Amino acid sequence: MYNAKYIAPGILIFLALFTLPFWYNFGAPKYERPALALPVTKTDCIEPRDVMAATHMQLLDTWRDMALRQGKRVYVSSGDKEWTISLQNTCMTCHVNKAEFCDKCHNSNSVSPYCWDCHVEPRGNK
Amino acid sequence: MKNSRRRFLKIAGLSFLGLAGSRMLPSSSAEAATAPAEERPVYRNGERAFNARHWGMVINTRAFDNAEIFAAVISACHKYHNVPDIASKQEVKWIWKAGYHETFTDQLDNYPAKSVVERHYPLLCNHCVNPACVRVCPTQATFRRSDGIVAMDYHRCIGCRYCMAGCPFGARSFNFRDPRPFVADVNSAFPTRMRGVVEKCTFCSELLAVGEMPLCVKASNGTIAFGDLSDPNSKVRKLLAENFTLRRKPTLGTEPSVYYII
Ligand code: HEC
Ligand code: HEC
Ligand code: HEC
Repeated sequence: MYNAKYIAPGILIFLALFTLPFWYNFGAPKYERPALALPVTKTDCIEPRDVMAATHMQLLDTWRDMALRQGKRVYVSSGDKEWTISLQNTCMTCHVNKAEFCDKCHNSNSVSPYCWDCHVEPRGNK
Repeated sequence: MKNSRRRFLKIAGLSFLGLAGSRMLPSSSAEAATAPAEERPVYRNGERAFNARHWGMVINTRAFDNAEIFAAVISACHKYHNVPDIASKQEVKWIWKAGYHETFTDQLDNYPAKSVVERHYPLLCNHCVNPACVRVCPTQATFRRSDGIVAMDYHRCIGCRYCMAGCPFGARSFNFRDPRPFVADVNSAFPTRMRGVVEKCTFCSELLAVGEMPLCVKASNGTIAFGDLSDPNSKVRKLLAENFTLRRKPTLGTEPSVYYII
């Protein structure tokens, strides 16, 4: 091969770097869903559990636009239940243990919502 | 096969026409029939919410003659809304107290009545009909709602401070630093703000939504009236009909919704 002396090691180095993430995580423990502290006294969330886990970020986004921009502060869920639209006064009155619920799942998924710069965390944390 | 190229083009042309044509036919009505009678989820107003076409405020300044009433009104608002208490040029305020000349800069009378000049006046966002702040906001973080309230959507505020330059009443405050250390007792029912956003009075729109009057109105022992300016039978319109009132800087044409009984 023409210039094989340089090309072959070059290709090898490229392949090594390119596949580095695979080697890096090789043998690392499998991702496990963290054990979350669910509300003790309540049994149901606003929407079914899997819907909440998958779409609570969109729900919260829509909530804030509806509440602040459209002035609509009541949400009727798919289960026909009415909820006051509020992050602090609705979500967090059930999910009082933010550290062991929201934070735990977010940390294990490398998500860090900036909401708490302004929104007040429930006192259950401290 | 003979003429295969010609045949291919014919078939291709026909199927293209067929495809394009089918788009023009009315779509099958089966879809519409399966839609549920009432869709969920639904977003709507609360049942107890107060509604108006143009919220306005009429303040009886004759009754604002002592420090206690100012303190009561200001702390009711600032405590609930977690307004930081910063005693410097970086002060944050939603409702505050000012003298006559600062309040009514358009009053050019040489010898105004002593009682009027010596009085102090509660100032707050005027919720103008033509709000300058709304025109200059590049992100629509501040906007005029259909009920006349000039609202703030803190989530969209990028801290450019154009609105502060636009507002002729100084009703907007910038958070030059994290406000949390300056909020003595955080009210956990309402969010704080963060460094880099602008804030102001919102006529307690979060309380109107659950059928409660604004906090300054409640704390004022009836000296501040709040109601629908578009309704001739409302309390505010009656007060305006019976009393001489002033608005701040009317010559600027922003049309404030806050009136002062002199
Ligand atoms: C009435 C109390 C209550 C309220 C209000 C509430 N939740 Fe929940 N939430 C629960 C309960 C109970 C569960 C567990 C549901 C289950 O086990 O089926 C849950 C589950 C969840 C889950 C899924 C957790 C998992 O294990 O996958 C998320 C995410 C969540 N909630 C977020 C929210 C958010 C965001 C809000 C506000 C928009 C909110 N919740 C409001 C009680 C509540
Ligand atoms: C079951 C795990 C889980 C739980 C529990 C959970 N979240 Fe999340 N959350 C996620 C994931 C994953 C994302 C990121 C989704 C994405 O980026 O697409 C996310 C994103 C968000 C976002 C959007 C962040 C952004 O930067 O746009 C908000 C807001 C949020 N979560 C709020 C909450 C709140 C409040 C709670 C507690 C009441 C909560 N979440 C509980 C998994 C969870
Ligand atoms: C710059 C400060 C700030 C940040 C950051 C912020 N919020 Fe807010 N948010 C507020 C304020 C202030 C209000 C209350 C306005 C009102 O009720 O008039 C509010 C209201 C809301 C509301 C509607 C009513 C209520 O009481 O909860 C929702 C929902 C909401 N925020 C969600 C979020 C979510 C989700 C995030 C993070 C992705 C977030 N906010 C980040 C300041 C903030």
